[in-house]
Amino acid sequence: MSTVATSQIKLTPEHARPRASVRSRLQDALPKIVLAPSFAITIVFVYGFILWTIYLSFTNSKTFPSYVITGSRAYQRLWRWTFDTDPPSSWYTSITNMGIFGFLYILICLALGLFLAILLDQKIRGEGVLRPIYLYPMALSFIVTGVAWKWFLDPGLGLEQTLHQWGWTSFHFDWIKNKDFVIYTVVIAGVWQASGFIMAMFLAGLRGIDGEIMKAAQIDGATTFQLYRRIVIPLLRPIFLSAFIVLAHLAIKSYDLVVALTSGGPGGSAWLPSNFMYEYTFKRNEMAVGSASAVIMLMTIVAIIVPYLYSELREKPR
Amino acid sequence: MSAVTTPARQASGGVSVKTLNRIVIYGLLALFALFYLMPLFVMLVTSFKTMDEIQNGNMLALPKAPTFDPWLKAWGETCVGLTCAGIKGYFWNSIKMVVPAVLISTMLGALNGYVLTKWRFRGATLVFGLMLFACFIPFQSVLLPMATILGSLGRFGVTLQNSVGTSFGLGNPTVNLVFVHVVYGIGFTTLFFRNYYEAFPTELVKAAQVDGASFFQIFRRIMLPNSMPIFVVTVIYQFTNIWNDFLFASAYAGTGDAMPMTVALNNVVNTSTGVVEYNVNMAAAMIAALPTLLVYVLAGRYFVRGLMAGAVKG
Repeated sequence: MSTVATSQIKLTPEHARPRASVRSRLQDALPKIVLAPSFAITIVFVYGFILWTIYLSFTNSKTFPSYVITGSRAYQRLWRWTFDTDPPSSWYTSITNMGIFGFLYILICLALGLFLAILLDQKIRGEGVLRPIYLYPMALSFIVTGVAWKWFLDPGLGLEQTLHQWGWTSFHFDWIKNKDFVIYTVVIAGVWQASGFIMAMFLAGLRGIDGEIMKAAQIDGATTFQLYRRIVIPLLRPIFLSAFIVLAHLAIKSYDLVVALTSGGPGGSAWLPSNFMYEYTFKRNEMAVGSASAVIMLMTIVAIIVPYLYSELREKPR
Repeated sequence: MSAVTTPARQASGGVSVKTLNRIVIYGLLALFALFYLMPLFVMLVTSFKTMDEIQNGNMLALPKAPTFDPWLKAWGETCVGLTCAGIKGYFWNSIKMVVPAVLISTMLGALNGYVLTKWRFRGATLVFGLMLFACFIPFQSVLLPMATILGSLGRFGVTLQNSVGTSFGLGNPTVNLVFVHVVYGIGFTTLFFRNYYEAFPTELVKAAQVDGASFFQIFRRIMLPNSMPIFVVTVIYQFTNIWNDFLFASAYAGTGDAMPMTVALNNVVNTSTGVVEYNVNMAAAMIAALPTLLVYVLAGRYFVRGLMAGAVKG
């Protein structure tokens, strides 16, 4: 569709120059010369470094990088740790936490975001005030979010204490200090931070739906619930996909929040793979294992992002 | 799509059902507004309380005798690690890092977007795709090689310092962070400008070319004057991201005087020596949050546009 309109955007200015002098050839190459540094930087510092990390993961690097390939020992150890449940290995804890956190974070953000967007779309007076309130946490750093929630959830001074003072003395909420529940506090803080943004994405999607479709359905006697279930939500499918990609990639990259909110939790019980990587690489002097875990994180992202980017860039060849 | 109101089912009860619906909707919206505001509110009131009031009072209560002392202490006296000179130095570290990193990455993004849309060449989409994917990688996968390279450059800087008298910024943690943020930021800035310039009329560029305008003349005279909105979006996006970064900051400037604000804040809060001064911690957190919050309040519209552009391409 859009191919026709945009494919003739080709501006190689060869027509003005019958004989290519050095100067004019330079002129022709100028756009590429301008783009080259950025591209070179990306190739070296992104792709080159990724290869470097992969290489390191096959060595026996400890405190300092070693460049002698010693095989897949780091991966074998990670694999073995995956099944070390009693007592749980740090790697087992990290990937289990990733599962819990990723699943709940994505699900709750999507559900809450959609719910709030639908509510806000009911001709609400004061929408202009509410929307920024829902969205501002996205402007904060994970560190500030972590500090704020750490304080809010502190059993001695925060929510628990407040409810005790109000007379609900049996109320007990010490998740942030409990090794089995600490990851759920990361979910709470994470949802608090990102759900407003997902709301904004859904709201933009809702505003883009043709009002005529809605009217027609209403005339046909559809109830509000049916209208949303059968018509609106299916129309929002692309938004679901984008939101999922954003959330999945935020979830896998989450690192700061765990550090600031829980300092890793009791005995490292709040670790995500990102924390595992950092600790093993920089603190426990197990560079090869750290690199291997980074490679696994990268592969997870690749599995999610590459098909998405491929379809995005291919659908609209301009 | 605008409002979808429940059709009144019964002639008699219709109005009240509708009113009830409205009450429920507004109630829910207000409840969620409280949920989002609560942590900020608690942080703010705590930062104006005395320690005495914090230990004996209610977290949600307004300060009985508001005091500005925690803020002053956080800014000028609190201990970050072993240095007790407040967080002001680290606040400036962040500024010194953010401003050049944002400007350089935005300018490069604008040029890249211009080339990728108006001077297309074979393989342009592949080049863009490779740059775009770089936005999404977990930075753990480049963290260690970058640390190695920055370490070597630092040692080279020391050699230069000894022989020539200047290290040219090599080994300076702030310069390192600017470099790192430019490298891993150009993917996003290029994306923003590419999508914006895609919609920019190519005829104008063509016409200028026929008139003999050069590559840079077209960029300066035609593209730049029409790029204000996307510049605002990109600058805000980059500013927020770089200011809020913690991973790179802790890996490459995690100790010493050059650490940025986020690392310093984390150190203040997790310092285990002496009595924990919650009010000072909260004031420090507020100071760390203020620049981005301010940007959000002043230019929220552009902030949201940036987030959207980063999420939904096209």
